[in-house]
Amino acid sequence: MEKNDLLKNLGKFQSLIALALMVILLTSMTDRFLTTDNMWNVLRQISVNLCISVGMTLVILTAGIDLSVGSILAFSGAVAAGLLKNGVALQNANTFIGFTAFGAIVGALLAGYTLGWFNGLMVTRFKVPAFVATLAMLTIARGFTMLWTGGFPITGLGETFAFIGTGWFLGVPMPVWITIIIVFAAHILTTKTVIGRHIYAVGGNETATMLSGVNVKRVKIFVYTIAGVLAAVGGILTTSRLDSAQPNAGLTFELDAIAAVVIGGTSLSGGKGSIMGTVQGALVIGILNNGLVLLNVSPFWQQVVKGLVILLAVILDKLNTQKTD
Amino acid sequence: MKPILKIRNISKSFHGIKALDDVSMDIYPGQVSVLVGENGAGKSTLMKIISGVYTQYQGHVIYKDKAIDFNSPKDAQENGISIIHQELNTIEGLTIAENVFLGREFRNKFNFIHYRKMNQATRNYLSKIGLDVAPANKVGDLKVSEQQVVEIAKALSFDAGIIIMDEPTSSLTGSEKDALFKIIADLKSRGVAIIYITHKMDEIKHIADQVIGLRDGKMVGQLPAKGLTKDQIIRMMVGRDLTDGFKRSSCIQDTEIMSVHGITQSIPGEKQRYKMQDVSFSLNKGEVLGVFGLIGAGRTELLEALFGVNTADLKGSINVNGKPAKIKHVKDAMNAGMGLVPEDRKLQGLILEMQVMENMSITSLKNLSSVGFIHKKKEKSLAAEYIHKLSIKTPSAFFTTQKLSGGNQQKVVLAKWLEINPGVLLLDEPTRGIDVGAKFEIYKLIDDLAKQGMGIMMVSSELPELLSVADRIMVMCEGAVTAMFNKQEATEEIIINAALPKK
Repeated sequence: MEKNDLLKNLGKFQSLIALALMVILLTSMTDRFLTTDNMWNVLRQISVNLCISVGMTLVILTAGIDLSVGSILAFSGAVAAGLLKNGVALQNANTFIGFTAFGAIVGALLAGYTLGWFNGLMVTRFKVPAFVATLAMLTIARGFTMLWTGGFPITGLGETFAFIGTGWFLGVPMPVWITIIIVFAAHILTTKTVIGRHIYAVGGNETATMLSGVNVKRVKIFVYTIAGVLAAVGGILTTSRLDSAQPNAGLTFELDAIAAVVIGGTSLSGGKGSIMGTVQGALVIGILNNGLVLLNVSPFWQQVVKGLVILLAVILDKLNTQKTD
Repeated sequence: MKPILKIRNISKSFHGIKALDDVSMDIYPGQVSVLVGENGAGKSTLMKIISGVYTQYQGHVIYKDKAIDFNSPKDAQENGISIIHQELNTIEGLTIAENVFLGREFRNKFNFIHYRKMNQATRNYLSKIGLDVAPANKVGDLKVSEQQVVEIAKALSFDAGIIIMDEPTSSLTGSEKDALFKIIADLKSRGVAIIYITHKMDEIKHIADQVIGLRDGKMVGQLPAKGLTKDQIIRMMVGRDLTDGFKRSSCIQDTEIMSVHGITQSIPGEKQRYKMQDVSFSLNKGEVLGVFGLIGAGRTELLEALFGVNTADLKGSINVNGKPAKIKHVKDAMNAGMGLVPEDRKLQGLILEMQVMENMSITSLKNLSSVGFIHKKKEKSLAAEYIHKLSIKTPSAFFTTQKLSGGNQQKVVLAKWLEINPGVLLLDEPTRGIDVGAKFEIYKLIDDLAKQGMGIMMVSSELPELLSVADRIMVMCEGAVTAMFNKQEATEEIIINAALPKK
């Protein structure tokens, strides 16, 4: 009995234990890992994935999936850069609208909002399976990005805009601040609010939730919209840090986000999981990526290792839940 | 006669709690052994041991003079012990033959499936039990009762010595039940032993050769069915005497709480066929209106339409509390003062992974929150209040709902509606699949609510239940109301007569 209890409790902290092990291993194997510079570097890299993963967690909690976040990230980033650099020229009205950094950011967020909302509309109003609806959006938003940029990067965006991705505030990088705020807000949302409860309820049993008077469609549109907005935040951060909107930005980011969610213990069938789990999952992936680079592992092997870690996390999780039953 | 299955001193524990405690019994070939006991008495644990699901236990199971050592349900099946679960295990997208021979398909010389041979063999088994359907039909196109027969055919194809049936009639209509009993009689004559789990008295009287009682994991008795009285059987199940049926006195008030006029809904895509046709009735405060009908009579559809589910093409009017209610969504029905306890509590009533408290509060989060934030303290105290009021047996308000017994789960569903204090409560089969003791608690609760002035509509397939709980009984057939009886004039016979289609 005691041994079982111990195992069970260990299971709860499996990502934390994995994190601790990785930190210990990497610290002993390379002297570049545990340095202040590298730590900030890791956190900065994680921040974009974590932004997206938070949105992904909400969607997956409702038993959905969002494959379009990488493309929405690219499009929103391009929108921000384009508005800032070129503004909008309305030829018919013979007017030109210029944008400040703030205006460009609002524009990017609106772009993410709209595409995310459209995903939600497809899933609810037209009952398109989430996988298909967001797969379609993956290519639609990528297409928009190409149309908007003409296939070329938009660069030279100015210091104000660059501050978001590269600046420091109170000794902490801006992207890390932004991500902390998003994580905190999402944690509160999922644990303390009515809409948060409804998100878990929809994923747990959609029919029962509907029969309890909850507007299930509204909940679903909400999570896809938030996922779109958070992908836009990721786009703004990426564009700002590189001082450039790349048409190919965010490729396969949806896979890293899903991986973080799954490693964090959120069930793909919905109703179970947490934002804090996803934070751990994103840390595992981030530190793994960083560590493999520091250890000079070839990028090809990095991909293999990452895949194996995802499998391992899910297998361990399954073993744990079986034990508790 | 020599037993085909001897169960000797079986004990099995889960997490230190004994589910079975020193159980011994004999099962004979060509006999129906009915297993009775409340939910949680250990019936399903025992069946899972016999059918190879649980492989770790104390004691012995001797089948055909050999101690069994199955390591999987498949192993048990191949040795002639088949189980037909309450929820059928057929695969709807496959044909009958493919279902029967799943995993051991006949192959031709190219190693492809030999359909002709497989269909022929399946036809043989089907004809043995009197199902006249082509083996190449998809199982999904069959009625539930026919799907059940497919499972029986599958058991036969394994040359079954023992077939375990877990509440096989729970989704069957009267005539389908009779057909099943005929098949059972036929199986008996072939020397198959049937272990039959049921709560229903009339079925026990009808088919049992012996009755075996389990209570709290212990044997209560193994008695020949002949000469056994209803009271004796009930005593085996619950360990206490229950007066025959539940009695309540009327508490109908003069004010009408709901009236329904001309509810009509056609089946989508078909103009001349109706889910419901011109349904009108009224319900007073403090009244329990029973609704009876065979499967497909439109009872559930009626409750759902009243409650704002599937309201497309719905015609007719609903008045609640004297005011016309426009009900398009569940929320509208709730605002009008209605609550619905749905037919299937696991699929429709509860979010099983969630806590008892979370399930209870989902209907009233608006009142338990401010600016979108939930007051956890208020939520908890409301849950505690209803756990106490309905005497729900749960270790705490935070317990996972899945782990409660059926009766307690149903009380959680009731609690979430009582919290919003509805004027009209719609109950769809509120006692399905819960044990006798919990049933009586639910009846008592219905009575209490009626006394408080609530108007209650109760759909049930169990006539004795309706006859003892309802003030009036409305009978439906093929979407239309065919009769309305007062409690005094209602008998099982005239009700069933009104429920049968007139052709």
